[in-house]
Amino acid sequence: MSERALRLMNVGKTFGRQRALADVSLAFLPGEVAAVLGPNGAGKSTLLSLLATLSQPSQGRITLGDEQLSRRSPLRASIGYVGHEPGVYGDLSARHNLRLFASLYGIANAERRIDEMLARVGLDGGRREAAARTFSRGMLQRLALARALLHEPEILLFDEPGSALDPAGAAWLASELRREREAGRLVMLVTHDLAAAASVATHVVVLRRGRVARDETCAGFSADEVRAIYEEATGGKT
Amino acid sequence: MARPSWVSQAARIAWKDLHIEGRSREVVYTMGFMAALVVLVFSFAFISGQEVTVGPDAIAGILWVAVLFSGTVALSRTFDRERENEAIRSLLLSPVPRSAIYAGKLAATAAIMLLVELLLLPLLAALFSAAIWPHALWLGLLLLLGTVGFASVGVIFSAALLRSRSRDALLGALLFPIVIPVLLAASRATATLLDPTVPDLDPAFFWTRFLAALDVVFVVVGLWSFEPVVMGE
Repeated sequence: MSERALRLMNVGKTFGRQRALADVSLAFLPGEVAAVLGPNGAGKSTLLSLLATLSQPSQGRITLGDEQLSRRSPLRASIGYVGHEPGVYGDLSARHNLRLFASLYGIANAERRIDEMLARVGLDGGRREAAARTFSRGMLQRLALARALLHEPEILLFDEPGSALDPAGAAWLASELRREREAGRLVMLVTHDLAAAASVATHVVVLRRGRVARDETCAGFSADEVRAIYEEATGGKT
Repeated sequence: MARPSWVSQAARIAWKDLHIEGRSREVVYTMGFMAALVVLVFSFAFISGQEVTVGPDAIAGILWVAVLFSGTVALSRTFDRERENEAIRSLLLSPVPRSAIYAGKLAATAAIMLLVELLLLPLLAALFSAAIWPHALWLGLLLLLGTVGFASVGVIFSAALLRSRSRDALLGALLFPIVIPVLLAASRATATLLDPTVPDLDPAFFWTRFLAALDVVFVVVGLWSFEPVVMGE
């Protein structure tokens, strides 16, 4: 895995006259799980969307290593994204979905990689040929993770990934996040779930009104520590 | 990872749409039904008893009105599969140039429209005694050019309305005024070709060339404008 750091330098984002992010400067290293926290409207999803190159910063720069991350940059292929919605085609089977994205990313030995990913997320049984539309929410989230990991991205972005998962699904997801961290990937996670963030995070960023209110790094946080950081930064707002 | 070429990425996106349509046939059946309905409604209006009183101008008009309405059905569904589960986001995150996504969607939409149009021609020939065979290849070329011109604009509007709640109502209202030159050129050329009494095919040459020029303009504008439209910024 690459050793490139992800840096945001004075990044701002406005939508018309509304400011979503202002003067955000952060650095994330490979092997970190960074939890981005904040109340509703703090700019968390906007930040993730900028990092995913789905939108462009109005001010500032985002770089991966020495290269600028932008909408047209080939670095887009270094990013994996799992959002609220699974981002897969409901009419296609799990295998066909992965086959499509493998072909678009130009993955070598695609069938072997697809088999590996399906086995890893537990979709290697009879359901792998069924249309994704027939999947439960948890299965769709597993397929979304397989799609996001298929091209072995350097950066994995998660936007509220556990919001629709049951406790067993959330525990599975947390173990996958730790596994990716151990593999040296940078994992970023936007969440409202402070306990889930504490269970995996080594870097906590709290946003408030589009600005960085806290930026803390540690080998591991307890749930109480994350809650204390969050409450101090936001005044207890959720 | 060896990055696939622009053409192969566009082809994969088109193939994906055709593969899904090949399984469900939702769009083809709906379009076919709409096209047949338009032709039948006109046949009720123009045919009385055994007498067929429809000239080549009217047949050309009926053909392209059927293409317009059935094509709008196809275009209203063009990005439905991308909207479901936010699959469009995964497509936009992939290293595929956005122009290749546009080209793939355009190719798939045009292919589905052409399939329905090929079924439409025999219906016109049967109901209105249209002389489709003397210039069948040329008619085929006109259908191809007209369909590409229509779909090239339609795919852009379909992408622009991806997240709009009233997209079905808005699509026709936005699309129809812009594709008027395409329909005009296509129907004028078709009328000339369907008229067995016309000795001079120069007007058909002129309108075919005009249609081809429109296609080039619309496709180039579509390739260029798809990214800002679909990214919404």
